[in-house]
Amino acid sequence: MTEAIRLKAKDYKSGVKPIWCPGCGHFSVFNAITKAMAALGINKDDTVMVSGIGCSSRLPAYVDSYGFHGVHGRGLAIAQGLKVARPDLTVLAMGGDGDGFSIGGNHFIHACRRNVDMTYIAMDNEVYGMTKGQASPTTPMDWDHSKLTPHGPGVRPFKPAALALASGAPWIARAYSGNPNQMAKLIAEAIEFRGFSFLHVMSQCITFCPEQTDWKSIVHEREEPALSDADEAAKLFLHEDGFQTGLLYSEQRSTWPPDSAVQIEEGAVDQLAAAFRV
Amino acid sequence: MAPTLLTGNVAAAWGARLARVDYVPAFPITPQTEIIETLGAWVDSGDMPGRMVTLESEHSMLTAAGAAAATGVRVFSATSSQGLLHAMEMIYTVAGWRAPFVLVNVSRGLASPITLEADHNDVLAARDSGFLQIHCADCQEVVDGVLLAYRLAEDPAVRLPVMVNLDGFYLSFTREPVNLPDPAEVAQFLQPFDPGAIRFAASAPESQAVAVLGGSPYSYFRYETHLAAQNAVSVYGDIAGEFRERFGRERGAVEAYQTEDAEVVFFMMGSFATKAREAVDRLREAGQRVGLLRPRLLRPYPADIIAGALEGVSGVAVIDQNLSVGQGGVLHTELSAALYGREGAPAVLTSFIGGLGGREISPEEFYQMAAVTRQAVETGVTPPPRLLYTETELREIRKLQSVALVERDETSPRGGAGKPPGEEDKQ
Repeated sequence: MTEAIRLKAKDYKSGVKPIWCPGCGHFSVFNAITKAMAALGINKDDTVMVSGIGCSSRLPAYVDSYGFHGVHGRGLAIAQGLKVARPDLTVLAMGGDGDGFSIGGNHFIHACRRNVDMTYIAMDNEVYGMTKGQASPTTPMDWDHSKLTPHGPGVRPFKPAALALASGAPWIARAYSGNPNQMAKLIAEAIEFRGFSFLHVMSQCITFCPEQTDWKSIVHEREEPALSDADEAAKLFLHEDGFQTGLLYSEQRSTWPPDSAVQIEEGAVDQLAAAFRV
Repeated sequence: MAPTLLTGNVAAAWGARLARVDYVPAFPITPQTEIIETLGAWVDSGDMPGRMVTLESEHSMLTAAGAAAATGVRVFSATSSQGLLHAMEMIYTVAGWRAPFVLVNVSRGLASPITLEADHNDVLAARDSGFLQIHCADCQEVVDGVLLAYRLAEDPAVRLPVMVNLDGFYLSFTREPVNLPDPAEVAQFLQPFDPGAIRFAASAPESQAVAVLGGSPYSYFRYETHLAAQNAVSVYGDIAGEFRERFGRERGAVEAYQTEDAEVVFFMMGSFATKAREAVDRLREAGQRVGLLRPRLLRPYPADIIAGALEGVSGVAVIDQNLSVGQGGVLHTELSAALYGREGAPAVLTSFIGGLGGREISPEEFYQMAAVTRQAVETGVTPPPRLLYTETELREIRKLQSVALVERDETSPRGGAGKPPGEEDKQ
């Protein structure tokens, strides 16, 4: 009985039926999360999914782990509090573009800056889906499908990767719901990365943005290794088309809270002692 | 004009349109979104000349509303539930600015647990803020309420923002026949906003919303706001009188239905009061002297009007579609405070909590509340507050809980989740 049993992806599903529309990109994110958990052999009891409010924020209920359905925009605040209090847990925060970049935008930039060792998956479909299709902070300026903004929001959309970089996020990747295998791999890497890992998922909303089925022909996988230089990454994020997938930027930074055990380089104590010798 | 079938949300949007608002800051939330979508379509088609801006949260939305109102233009906005709570910092702040505008709240129960359906804990969370509150029972009252709200808010003796409340789902998404007032008549009733000293004028710089350090100036300004709110009782009476003359509909601070000779009166607000009205009719048919008293105006609290309407009544069944946790029903508390020590006040106030999270209140429950209250009058013993909840409901929830416990026991590797803490080690 003590022997560990290797769980499969389906074992990480709670059995609660998702409420998403048929064809929703979030199914793919859900599958990729469970696949990554299985690949890493993650213990369900040590894992917590935290979300805000919105279609994608229903995800924690569908994963057989600990879960927390939070308040609109507050998933990251809850997740960081949890991780700092219980560093032994694997913490994943998740939500949509509305939750993460408008009402919760402040938490997003500060989470990037604080660099708590956790993962944030933003399922970006460029629309408020749960309130039936209004422009979000990532909606194209001329998207004219909403009654609320019949000629488009008329405001430049955020570039979440650029925002994350400028705010200090050390690990930035992008996935696409149409490529769940790549996404699962990236989620596994995000969980293993020590620090705040931000996975931006282009996750289509078939109901309110049927044009997003075109994303299939637009996304392109990054062939080069991830950038580790923030200057180069800034250039990339400002000029790219927003559809490049893969690990885009990764740089090791000190996390918060700092480790209680300070790493001391070999020989450093001897050198220090020598300096004080009379 | 023939009545039109409108949802409560579209009725609210019509209120804003007829009021000829200049500016609408917006942010979607269920069950309110239809209001701002309707306004968005009208602004786009040119049917409404105002300007509309979508914001990134309700907090920003309320800030924008208050700031715009402080420049002297007519402002409308709408929210619901968690959105109202998210904006709560600004709700208090903009009320202190004394900048009048109208905010429609579509009532929805608050988290946690999360729900989408109606109760009044959201709007009551704002009751101490300085916003005045008008509560609607049907879709006609929603469009009328918005017009009354502008008159009240902009009155020189008041100058405070006003919230107009309608119940989520029961009114927001229910179509009812609504008589849309003639725009020319509305223009007579609601003249262009004369902001007086509230302005943002070129070459006349002035600083608003400054900090005061110290209790003395703070007390002065807070109490001044309170006095302005209290002015609104008589101002509202005048406005409602004018409204009745012009549009033929009674919109007084309270609705008193069959209270004249009543022994027992239901006291409640919102759309569920229409169910109470129906129950009153049935009970009257059965020979019981029962009535309904429903405050439309909750802030300011029309204490004298309420007390007057209840004079000679023996018992009041207060039905609270809200719960002040650790205290009970807000209406019951406030009514008790308003009646205490008054001559001729009802001897018995029974307290019922009902309709939380949109739970239905059945006709039988109204009959039961009337019976319990009558019995309390006869025996002189007031029963403790009661939650309207049936045996069937309790059995159903217990069943679900036991299924959840069994599932937890079966799947938890640590086991024993269904046992009291510590028990698992004793075996």
